[in-house]
Amino acid sequence: MPAIHLDNLIKRYGETQVLHGIELEMADNEFTVLVGPSGCGKSTTLRMIAGLESVSDGEIWVDGEAVSHLEPKERDLAMVFQDYALYPHMNVAQNISFALRLQRRPKSEIDKKVREVADVVGLTEFLHRKPGALSGGQRQRVAMARALAKDSGIFLFDEPLSNLDAKLRGQMRAELALMSQRVEKNMIYVTHDQIEAMTLADRIVVMHGGYIQQQGSPEELFKRPVNKFVAGFLGSPPMNFLNGEIEERDGEVFILGEGFALSIEGAAAEKARAHNHKLVTLGIRPSDLRFDADAPAHKVLSLDVTVSEYIGAQSVLLCKCGTETVMVELASETPVALGQTLKFAVNANGVHLFDRETEKAL
Amino acid sequence: MADATLTSSPNARTARRRRTERLNRLTPYLFLGPAAVIMAIALLYPLGYMVWGSFRDWDPSQTIGEAEFVGLKNYITLWGDPNFRESLGVTLRFAFFVVTFEMVIGVGLALLLDRNIRGMSMLRTMFILPMMIAPVVVGLMWRYMYHPTVGTFNRTLESLGLPSVDWLGQHALMSVIIADIWQWTPFIFILALAALQSLPRSALEAARIDGATAWQQIWYIKLPLMMPVLIVTGLLRLIDAFKVLEVILVMTEGGPGLSTEILALRISRTATEFRELGVAAAMSNYLLLLLLALTLGMFAFTRWQEARAAKVRMAAEEDS
Repeated sequence: MPAIHLDNLIKRYGETQVLHGIELEMADNEFTVLVGPSGCGKSTTLRMIAGLESVSDGEIWVDGEAVSHLEPKERDLAMVFQDYALYPHMNVAQNISFALRLQRRPKSEIDKKVREVADVVGLTEFLHRKPGALSGGQRQRVAMARALAKDSGIFLFDEPLSNLDAKLRGQMRAELALMSQRVEKNMIYVTHDQIEAMTLADRIVVMHGGYIQQQGSPEELFKRPVNKFVAGFLGSPPMNFLNGEIEERDGEVFILGEGFALSIEGAAAEKARAHNHKLVTLGIRPSDLRFDADAPAHKVLSLDVTVSEYIGAQSVLLCKCGTETVMVELASETPVALGQTLKFAVNANGVHLFDRETEKAL
Repeated sequence: MADATLTSSPNARTARRRRTERLNRLTPYLFLGPAAVIMAIALLYPLGYMVWGSFRDWDPSQTIGEAEFVGLKNYITLWGDPNFRESLGVTLRFAFFVVTFEMVIGVGLALLLDRNIRGMSMLRTMFILPMMIAPVVVGLMWRYMYHPTVGTFNRTLESLGLPSVDWLGQHALMSVIIADIWQWTPFIFILALAALQSLPRSALEAARIDGATAWQQIWYIKLPLMMPVLIVTGLLRLIDAFKVLEVILVMTEGGPGLSTEILALRISRTATEFRELGVAAAMSNYLLLLLLALTLGMFAFTRWQEARAAKVRMAAEEDS
């Protein structure tokens, strides 16, 4: 429930600084997902909020109170770990009730709470099993139940689904989404999986190299990435990047590159006109390319199809544009053959331009 | 393959396959053979010799064949012999006290030193030094330190204005127990430390978040998880403590009186001073039975643990 504010949070290990001034506001009952590749500092940030890592500089505020000097147990939070971190020598009921037993709550209350949360996660019949006698998915539920039983305002997740197989992961992801609607908590979730981030988050915080790259709603980040990293990180299959140069011909803005000369219009053209560097990177999502044999030459990318990956209703084509590989997503029934050179029109809103030096969006 | 099918008859092929199979089955025994022979000569033969000898009234000047067969007489006499009982009691007391103190101190130190501070690896190395010293040297060293007038302990007490202690006289058993604790606590310490460091870190972090204090983490998480290692370590030490000889031999030679005469020492004296090989053999067998019971207990414990782990694994597989 509480609002969390990370105020210029810095983490150093000896000489090496791994977090460079993280500035973040997490409002009441918000589901925030920290996402980024391994080593980006997302787990460290979470562990600092939990109190498992010390804060080198900056402050963590919870409802206006500085907490960075407090022990984990004084911070009113619960956490689900990547490897579940169950107590192997205790059965499910004892695992769930450990925090409550330490607080010396009355036995009747503890029993009631254990039954309640076991029911929520569907573990009622396994209460007397030890973690070793449970499957991966069940262990995951115990970890979830243990966190729920604590009734804390802040709920931390450290890549909780990454040890599950693909099918179970999808299932647990849906259950988590459902749970986050039901319980009123401030949830912070760390993952390297952008699909988890997109599906679960009220707000995504993309991190890279110890910096926050961008934060906002999933839609905002998907549609208006502020730099090449965010653009390439979110979305599956990932965005295609082609190096090119801005050139104006007869009032029309072109992006010229190896194997293509694409005329752009609208907002992207305005931005390109206003930009004072000529060298840019053109970014187009695979879903923004449309097979169109009749489109005029300056409105399309001509691509040589090299591989077709059939994944059901959709297929992903791996194509060549000059020496670069470009991925295209299209309906499987579209008649394409390998080795063909095909024309793909670009959706009007699908053009992203990045400065080649700074990699920032124009 | 195709050629073989054409040239050899089905019968010949079956026979050849059977031969190869038999050879494959025999291979492990062929490799075990040499070890089995060495074990028979070096272990089973002397053991059998000892059991055989324990049924005889046997003087060192006789060969075993000349000695008179007396049946269980040696065993029965021993059971009624107050000196043997005293010695057995000393051994049990010694083993109980050293193992108890070594476990408590060793595990305590491990819990205390399981952290990353500068110079810790140096400190850990220093802690295990006593274990590396030869027992005879340990005995000599402590004998000098316990010396009534020039020993370190009494000189220190004296300089502090305290009365001196008759270490190896009145408090002989306590003194040898202290020396043994000094030498063998490191053994418990390094095993306990290894057990601690292999504990799942995240479970301890989860306990911190669940609100466990440092003591509660030790009591509810660390110690229960270390228990299997600690039980085996304790049993190993117990078995060793029953066989201790050199340190006590050097420090007190079993005295004063019988106060520190542990079984191993009494066995050696019975054989050499009293020249009663049969009685010494019978005594060795009593000790052997005691150790055998402990060892079997240890095996039973690990077997029970493995069985439990297997049951747990099977239950998990059924569900998934």
